Amino acid sequence: MKNHKTLSCDIAIVGAGPAGLAAARAASVSQRSIAVIDDNPLPGGQIWRDGPQVSQLAMAKDYRRVLSLPTVRYLPGTRIVASLAAGALLLEDAQTSYRLDYEQLILCCGAQELLLPFPGWTLPGVTGAGALQALIKSGASVAGERVLIAGSGPLLLASAATARAAGALVSGVYEQTDRYQLINFGVGLLRWPGKLAQAFKLFSTRYRWRSHVIEAMGDRRLEAVRIRQGDAEAVIACDRLACGFGLVPNTVLAQHLGCSLEDNAVAVDRYQQTSQTGIYAAGECTGVGGSELALVEGEVAGLAATGKVEQAQALFTHRAYWQRFARHVKEHFGLRPEIRRLARVDTLICRCEDVALSVLAEEQGWNAAKLQSRCGMGACQGRICGSIARELFGWSLPEPRVPLVPARIETLMACSEKDMS
Amino acid sequence: MITVYLDGQPLVMGEGLTVAAMLTLSESSIARLSCTGQPRAPFCGMGICQECRVTIDGRRQLACQTLCQEGMHVERTV
Repeated sequence: MKNHKTLSCDIAIVGAGPAGLAAARAASVSQRSIAVIDDNPLPGGQIWRDGPQVSQLAMAKDYRRVLSLPTVRYLPGTRIVASLAAGALLLEDAQTSYRLDYEQLILCCGAQELLLPFPGWTLPGVTGAGALQALIKSGASVAGERVLIAGSGPLLLASAATARAAGALVSGVYEQTDRYQLINFGVGLLRWPGKLAQAFKLFSTRYRWRSHVIEAMGDRRLEAVRIRQGDAEAVIACDRLACGFGLVPNTVLAQHLGCSLEDNAVAVDRYQQTSQTGIYAAGECTGVGGSELALVEGEVAGLAATGKVEQAQALFTHRAYWQRFARHVKEHFGLRPEIRRLARVDTLICRCEDVALSVLAEEQGWNAAKLQSRCGMGACQGRICGSIARELFGWSLPEPRVPLVPARIETLMACSEKDMS
Repeated sequence: MITVYLDGQPLVMGEGLTVAAMLTLSESSIARLSCTGQPRAPFCGMGICQECRVTIDGRRQLACQTLCQEGMHVERTV
């Protein structure tokens, strides 16, 4: 079949963010052949996202160099459609489909934002918090626009700083957690001086605690946002609302490969190996912890996958230092109960199939919900509403199904029935 | 500078923008209409939500994960 190629490598790495690049760099020392698959057109993941409005960190540039080594094949703009039988992945980019055979696999799939529903959240002008940052870095024009940032977690301040630097008028940053938690979070940062310095640098006088979005308003696009701040409410006119409630690990591929999950993240042992022999995982998909943790986990995974056990062990203390930071963040940005009650009966939960809360509230779980409403069966395959249903109804994530992402028919036709079994 | 055609209309811009970023330079950042006819624009910004799917040179692609190229034709999914 034309436009279909077969590739093979010793080690396949999924994701070219900090964890994936660190894994590739550590594994490359062994001279084994490596393939790095990434769905973005440029390397760096989210935190090191490159674009016309980015001055890239020296460290990010340095890590990217691994992608030009002769033993490394870099596949940007490439999605994983399915895992085929026995150590092979089905991939596609904008033109070509691939069968990639591998000996070992390192999953560095990152995290996605927890995007919880509130009235008006589907209006154009409303995005995630990290999403706004990503769009600006990719060249989106926000100069002179009135922007509100809301939700939870340290990402809100980073997003506000990016928007401000791009000329947006950030009129408020609304964090749902309370003052007590924020003060404890700040004091606790003394144990990670670099992070404390970062927090000072990003801090904004527009930062408000115990506050959250109630609704986004507008006719076919965002015009204003109703905010609750403490016990008061206000309607604020704006052009953009960037709202995210923290990050959740991307586990779809790991689940599809049969890897066990723990606490909604890919479960790994101290060598970053998953419950499946020969499949490792590192970075945010094993638990959200920031780029420093992702880098050291990626390095451990790359070393362990190439048999360098002692070198991997030497990194355990450093990894534990950043694991404690990850727990520190998690403990202080837990969601208040009212955040899970923002959606009204007519608020859409599934943005692909336009399924409202009232339809889902009557169902017991995913199977019934899918049969009755097509919730989670649209283009995103439940990636957005899956996390929502877990937060709002306590449903576990839906089982991933092949194809994992929308794919071309010719890509599916390129593999035999035996491959897909 | 490069020229990209959005629904047939030329837009001139610098290099390196994603198609999702390019939409913000136009009059409306709408990428598609939902199955019940609601306007939707890029939302997650990172290839997860599929809200920004558009037709690029005849193929359905995500606007947020595609870089603009000289002469590219982008059609909103409406």
